[in-house]
Amino acid sequence: MSVDHISLSFGGVKALKDISFGIREKEVFAIIGPNGAGKTSMLNVINGFYHPQEGEITYKGVHRKQMKSHDAAVHGIARTFQNVALFKGMSTLDNIMTGRIIHMKRNLFWQAIYLGPARKEEMANREYVEDIIDFLEIQAIRRTPVGRLPYGLQKRVELGRALAMEPDLLLLDEPMAGMNIEEKQDMCRFVLDVNDQYGTTIALIEHDMSVVMDISDKVVVLDYGEKLAEGTPDEIRGNQTVIDAYLGVTTAN
Amino acid sequence: MKETTATEKLSQVLDTIPKLLLDHAKKRADRPANRLKDLGIWQTWTWSEVADEVRNLACGLSKIGFQRGDKLAVIGDNRPRLYWSMVAAQALGGIPVPLYQDSVAEEMVYVLENADVKYAVVQNQEQTDKLLEIKDRLPNLKHICYEEPRGMRDYTQDFIHYYKDIQKTGRDYHNENPDYFLQEIGKGQGSDISIFLYTSGTTGKPKGVVLTSDNLIITARNSIEFDNLTSEEEVLAYLPMAWVGDNIFSLAQAYVIGFCVNCPENPETVMTDLKEIGPTYYFAPPAIYETVLTKVMIRMEDASKIKRSMFKYFMDLAKSVGIRILDGKPVSFKERILYSIGQFLVYGPLKNNLGLSRTRLAYTAGEAIGPEIFEFFRSLGINIKQLYGQTEASVFICAQPDGQVKADTVGTAYPGVELRLADNNEVFYRSPGVFHSYYKNPESTAETKDAEGWVATGDAGFFDEDGHLKIIDRAKDVGRMSDGTMFAPKYIENKLKFFPFIKEAVAFGDEKEFTTAFICIDIEAVGNWAERKNLAYSGYTDLSARAEVYDLLQECVETVNADLARDEKLSGSQIKRFLLLHKELDADDGELTRTRKVRRRIVAEKYAVLISALDDPQQTHCEIDSQMTFEDGRTGMVHADLQIRESALAESQVHTLAA
Repeated sequence: MSVDHISLSFGGVKALKDISFGIREKEVFAIIGPNGAGKTSMLNVINGFYHPQEGEITYKGVHRKQMKSHDAAVHGIARTFQNVALFKGMSTLDNIMTGRIIHMKRNLFWQAIYLGPARKEEMANREYVEDIIDFLEIQAIRRTPVGRLPYGLQKRVELGRALAMEPDLLLLDEPMAGMNIEEKQDMCRFVLDVNDQYGTTIALIEHDMSVVMDISDKVVVLDYGEKLAEGTPDEIRGNQTVIDAYLGVTTAN
Repeated sequence: MKETTATEKLSQVLDTIPKLLLDHAKKRADRPANRLKDLGIWQTWTWSEVADEVRNLACGLSKIGFQRGDKLAVIGDNRPRLYWSMVAAQALGGIPVPLYQDSVAEEMVYVLENADVKYAVVQNQEQTDKLLEIKDRLPNLKHICYEEPRGMRDYTQDFIHYYKDIQKTGRDYHNENPDYFLQEIGKGQGSDISIFLYTSGTTGKPKGVVLTSDNLIITARNSIEFDNLTSEEEVLAYLPMAWVGDNIFSLAQAYVIGFCVNCPENPETVMTDLKEIGPTYYFAPPAIYETVLTKVMIRMEDASKIKRSMFKYFMDLAKSVGIRILDGKPVSFKERILYSIGQFLVYGPLKNNLGLSRTRLAYTAGEAIGPEIFEFFRSLGINIKQLYGQTEASVFICAQPDGQVKADTVGTAYPGVELRLADNNEVFYRSPGVFHSYYKNPESTAETKDAEGWVATGDAGFFDEDGHLKIIDRAKDVGRMSDGTMFAPKYIENKLKFFPFIKEAVAFGDEKEFTTAFICIDIEAVGNWAERKNLAYSGYTDLSARAEVYDLLQECVETVNADLARDEKLSGSQIKRFLLLHKELDADDGELTRTRKVRRRIVAEKYAVLISALDDPQQTHCEIDSQMTFEDGRTGMVHADLQIRESALAESQVHTLAA
């Protein structure tokens, strides 16, 4: 997909100014930048939650002025949130099952009587979900209400729910915020595994530079709604503007 | 050798595990042999399916060059496919070498090298990576076969194989040579080497214990008879495959009698899987029973008042009635009625929740188990027993027969086992399970096993009045007091540590007139107690110096003394003087090992002042400055003035009891 000349403003505040970049299929793409740079806004534009005033989004070869949220979901864009947004009272399994709703075709009537085709559908979807549970190694918490889980595991469940949609493009908003080193390493491994095994394109926002530099194929840097740079992790690391604006002096040393 | 065909020979004697497998595949083809929870659903393999799986794997392995006498390493969690790979290796006359799956690559080098491992069957990418990391140093290692394909797509090396691919070539090979597998199994006999098990090696390098088929199978047969095990048992295999117990409980016994072995989904799900399977026969080390008990107690604290009092009433009842029922002793009609009400209201639901409702027989071993933990499970009607064993004996040396179970002994000599005590009370045994040798280590073999087959355990013990063996300590730690009384520090310390208020204890008495002890309080338990007593304190040092706490601990010590007094041989080693240490013993200060065992010598050196104060009956307190390491690595000095308490000694009660 690619975004071209996107601008977004809320009243007088210009959140994004004339941003363009492309995300190639099957790559891990990172958006970085200081606080308030417009990273989350950019993700919101991509999955259709915000509608930009100017610019165009091309996704799977189709040009559109704006994405619509449900369109995005149907066309295989899934996301996780900066603050965990799960159904706290429901079990891990049920939470991930909600990610499959988009793939369930039977109507309420069929699902209520739970016979024949609806049941078959439920079983097929359940199998897919069990695959994800296996993949993310969360079998032990299958039946645990999500609200009782530690933060790191909740993040993992959220990733599971996004994966359940069988997305082509996965948007991760700070998947590793607030995690300890071990949880981060686990999450990195899962992100890479998802990319490798399911062939999912991943766009992520992350503040931990070592993580970003390690796992991403391409990085774009935003600052005050403007694009500062775009390139491979090595290029970004050596880019003087980025160092001044974001990475800071430690890297310059 | 007469000319008998392979199949004829098979039907004559079932003296190897692969022969037993073929027998079950014929006799109970449709009975479940293994279960594994996969994608949330229990998958079952029957005995005939297992026989096919093993055959395909064995043929596939022989296709890539596996020969008689080759060693096959098995690394991973308990999985049916890994158990099958052990049987496949044995079918081909090879020797499986299970390794601890959580060891790091470095630790594996020694074992793999020492055992001349040529083939490895591993569970997943993680284990494959470990082997690849050390492969340069293992010239013998030729092939690696993995079970779970996840993440393995990019491993294109030609010596790495997928388990199912091996089986596929094996199936083809079998179709071309239908007799091959049976012939190979027919070549095996009971005296063949069956397995190498590496002892964890607390001192020095691990040693490879070589066990023969006879060792395992005869021991398994004896144990099945001893406990009346049937082919209907269900067990959950969750303890490491490299441990000898798992090879007896989940492999040898299962193959001899033909019961079903269930494998958990992954190590974290063991508790839920246990609940779903409801094993009839269960093994766990004391620590697991302890965790379960603590969990139950904590959850009962949070329960409503009615439930709490119901729980308390029926648990008190169970303590007297349940244990008597289990031991087949007389129980009055009224007690029986009350117990069955309790069964309905408390015991049944509780056991169901713990996954123990069907458990007919449970074992614990490895360490001393606290009497209240032991009592708790027995009062629920779970026949938990202790056994004493080691790798060199194919597990069983002693076990408690039904109806003769005591918390502080390990039971009588096992069927087929002869026992002997040396002058220093070290336990020696001779049995059909006695190991063949330590692999490539004749010196150690000769040190441990003498020409007549007697094996030294290194543990000291003695027989009580009922002929039960009591293990008291490592033989080398047992000393003599100046009047000649036997002094077994660990035995005394364990008795102290069974009190929740005591975290650690160190007893001194070797070559002394009387026994003294350091005690470290358990800050959580004692802190809790202090809160309920409205006793304010500022920290560990302050709390452990309180006179009230001293009173509390004195009671504990005196209870232990009364307990020791009941034992003729140990009565003289009652604790006469003790003090409460001002700091916890800590691994960071070198006082404990990383596995939380007391390093006696270092403690004795560091606190020499305290020990001499304890030894001197005139001194009532002692000042000490000691260094301690904080959690962030900084060190500081702690100054304390410790009181010394005298505790009352109990009269020896041996004679009254024996009467």
